[in-house]
Amino acid sequence: MEATGFDAWVLTLAVFLPLVGALIMMVVPKAYELEVKLIALGSSLAALAVGIYILFQFDYGSASELQFVVDKGWIDIINSRYIIGLDGLSLPLLLLSLLVVPLCLVYSWNHVPSPGNTKAFFVLLLILSTGMNGSFISQDMILFFVFFEIVLLPMYFLIGVWGGEERRYASLKFFLYTLFGSALMIISFLALFFLSKDAAGNPLQTFDMRLLTDAAGSGIVKTTQVWIFAGLFIGFGIKVPMFPFHTWLPDAHTQAPTVGSVILAAVLLKLGTYGFIRIAIPFLPEAAVAWAPWIGLLAVIGIIYGALGCLAQKDMKRLIAFSSVAHMGFVMLGIATLTDFGLNAAVFGMVAHGLITGMLFFVAGSIKERYHTLEISRLGGLLKSAPHMGWILGFATMASLGLPGLAGFWGEFPAILSAYNPGAGLSEELFRTYMVIAAIGTVLAAGYLLWLYQRTAFGEPTEEFADHEIPDVSRNEWIAWVPFLIGIVLFGVWPNLIFNLTDGVVSSITANVEAVVAGR
Amino acid sequence: MEALLAFTRPPLDWHALAPELTLLAVGTILTLVDIIWDEKSKQVMPTLAGVGLLAGLVPILTLALDGTDRAMFGGAYMVDDFALVMKALFLIVGYIIVLMSVDYIRDGDYYENEYYTLMLTSLLGMLMMASSRDLISVFVALELLSIPAYMMAAWRKGGRRSNEAGLKYYLMGVFASAIMLYGMSLIYGLTGSTSFSSIASAMALNDGVTAMSILGVLFVLIGFAFKVSAVPFHNWAPDTYEGAPTPVTAFLAVASKAAGMVALIQLVFVAFDNHEVIQPFFWLIAALTMTVGNLIALRQTNIVRLLAYSGIAQGGFMLVPFAVAGQASERALQAIVIYLIIYAFMNLGAFSVVLAVSRKTRSGELESFGGLFQYAPGLAVAMTIFLAALAGIPPAGGWFAKFGLFRALLDAGGAWAATLGVVVAINTVIAFAYYARVLGQMWFQPIHEGDERPIKLTSALGSALVIALVATMAFGILPGLVGHFGEVAVLSTLGR
Repeated sequence: MEATGFDAWVLTLAVFLPLVGALIMMVVPKAYELEVKLIALGSSLAALAVGIYILFQFDYGSASELQFVVDKGWIDIINSRYIIGLDGLSLPLLLLSLLVVPLCLVYSWNHVPSPGNTKAFFVLLLILSTGMNGSFISQDMILFFVFFEIVLLPMYFLIGVWGGEERRYASLKFFLYTLFGSALMIISFLALFFLSKDAAGNPLQTFDMRLLTDAAGSGIVKTTQVWIFAGLFIGFGIKVPMFPFHTWLPDAHTQAPTVGSVILAAVLLKLGTYGFIRIAIPFLPEAAVAWAPWIGLLAVIGIIYGALGCLAQKDMKRLIAFSSVAHMGFVMLGIATLTDFGLNAAVFGMVAHGLITGMLFFVAGSIKERYHTLEISRLGGLLKSAPHMGWILGFATMASLGLPGLAGFWGEFPAILSAYNPGAGLSEELFRTYMVIAAIGTVLAAGYLLWLYQRTAFGEPTEEFADHEIPDVSRNEWIAWVPFLIGIVLFGVWPNLIFNLTDGVVSSITANVEAVVAGR
Repeated sequence: MEALLAFTRPPLDWHALAPELTLLAVGTILTLVDIIWDEKSKQVMPTLAGVGLLAGLVPILTLALDGTDRAMFGGAYMVDDFALVMKALFLIVGYIIVLMSVDYIRDGDYYENEYYTLMLTSLLGMLMMASSRDLISVFVALELLSIPAYMMAAWRKGGRRSNEAGLKYYLMGVFASAIMLYGMSLIYGLTGSTSFSSIASAMALNDGVTAMSILGVLFVLIGFAFKVSAVPFHNWAPDTYEGAPTPVTAFLAVASKAAGMVALIQLVFVAFDNHEVIQPFFWLIAALTMTVGNLIALRQTNIVRLLAYSGIAQGGFMLVPFAVAGQASERALQAIVIYLIIYAFMNLGAFSVVLAVSRKTRSGELESFGGLFQYAPGLAVAMTIFLAALAGIPPAGGWFAKFGLFRALLDAGGAWAATLGVVVAINTVIAFAYYARVLGQMWFQPIHEGDERPIKLTSALGSALVIALVATMAFGILPGLVGHFGEVAVLSTLGR
């Protein structure tokens, strides 16, 4: 059902308000720095306000259906339309993305990393924001693709201009990996366009994701489905990133400026997992079943590999980056089970990882700013020198290792549990093995995170920094961080806030998969 | 003698020929003005040329509104929607290049009047090419567009590189013409006709696949492969591009290449029906051109040379749809036309930025772009958009061009088409690696030689830049604009 009146505009506003802000900023001279910053913050807050409006207007009773739908002509000759809409799966991710950007702006308010140029930095963050918001609400594959790609260049420049020593290498690597993935992804999208048929066997020739979800791959022979899925798998898998494609991530995270890392962890990685749940699995359920064991395998390899990688790191930011590989492994394991339980856990894991790892990167950035190093062996005694920050770091590590009562738990634990009883006729033995491996992964996670915390926060400050005055959490940092901390606790004690939203969407996806598997 | 004198002029449709005649008239006026006012006329030359090109758009518009296809000389010269779309493109491209040339030609103290006259002549050849549906008219159009271009390439007559550029271009061009003519004679011998439609029907009768006809077809195609600098017939391009004056390079890389593509389109989609030969040929040529062009571009340190190899690779992308010309003719043709239009604007934009920057730095090296973002953010952002477009990253226009390729390939379907799709995908990634080197210089590097003087953009160059920028972004955000022209062009060529 299409939205009318103001409701027809809300999603468009949420997506494009930041871009409008960016365009206005471009014409304001650089000398008016405060004005430029206020425009940036204002437009991102306006988008967030629209997000909050959506939160109140959203019909939670029918969270499994698309709401605020707009369906307008866009590129007629290829039959691609401007279709946007929001359901329980998109809502939490959109809000996360809307929330993160203003907080990042506040965080960098007075200290844009070297070489400075606040205006350019903020403009890029706003363009990035438009790309991210748009990806989560697009219901047309081409529109999705365009938003998915808009994200690339701003992030490339954020890393390349404001990053660390190896920034050029890292930014290029990030870009080339993702570009390759998206090129294969667009091939798969087109294959879906040409090959999908409706129930009567007529070619659909559409990019409308709603129709393709209904078609569920009918009319495409299984071998072809498996190939098309392979394209999607590489496209989304690189973004997640899954095990063999993950190598861009540690470099990108380590070199990126703090807010770049935060956005990368909090939102960009989710585009990949979101793509699996929104596109790959519902469009090609048969292929999803065929691929699930392999996805599961790569997921658990990622969990263990990421954990071992963490244990070997000397740099705090790089360690957190590797922990991302492990955590996204849990998310992918949940997805691979093709069960309600697993997919719900996956979506929860996405939000939780976004908040927690985002928080960790914030703290890491602030530590770097104060100590000018992130080498773990040179740090220590953070609880003494900056107690508030020490406690926040402790809180975030606890959340990250999956302490019950905090958000991380609800992403990790159900994902592992769901592997006990995979859906769609997947091999139980195999997935139970995965389950055991993943469980070992949580132990390792506790190991590397506690070890990290012990080395950086406990004890006395190292000699090197003993005489240094380390300022504690600043006002802007508090403003940027408190929403994250609240989110981590809130979702930890009240996980149903998210589960209730996602369950409807997710169960219709898995029901489709089951039906297709049973029918053939 | 009697027979010769008995010649009667075939009926001419003056309306249909109006765009060509406009160019001819403007060229003549330029020459006359030059003779009469000599030195004093230099100031008005570019204006006159530019206005003349825009005036040529008027009859195109009236012809388009009229909407009937007009055939002349027994079908050898057709004015249909396809021809009109391409002619409009040539005129607009010509106009932008005039804007780009103004200051370059004036600063360099080169001949001004002759330059614009020759360019108009070359454009006249291109306009004719868009209408030619006969081997002879194709050949005449080709020579008309090429010969002025040989001279333009050597315009900096004091510079050795420019002379080399002109000479190389001329020799390779003549060589290609010879091969092509040989192929044409074979085809004429086999089919007994030079008109495309008769060739198509004659070839269909003989099943089209005799050794001799294959040879003829391939020779003709190879001749044009030189023109569009497809690998392995590309060797002239980098030296010529580097040596020629930069606006001329832009002219060769965009207009001249487009003209070659237009000829190939008409040959492949109208004249030659034997797709079992043509498709594998283009599969191979396209894959080679993309890959070799991109790989060599990776190693370039001169910006114009880099754009030259990028242009070769882009030509490879344009050749891709020919590989499925038989299976998905409509989508393939649409993809090529759309690619040509978008490519014209994004590439001209990139060349405009190069011109603007090199006016200040007096260097063509990649390093001269160092730190551009810090002292000329507008130019840096514009260049970023053009390069993003060339790399095919939304929302800049190029993505839709690349998308068209994929669409044609997947519409045809099958393992070969899909493989070519993967080759395209890989090449997209390689291409970004060298576009990123330019981006890296502009954004990540310190200012070149610490010279922070701002870049003064002349009004002409600035207008060229703005036109290219607006078009590139518009095509990216509302691809329907360019898609519409693609669709129109397709229907008329395929005779539907």
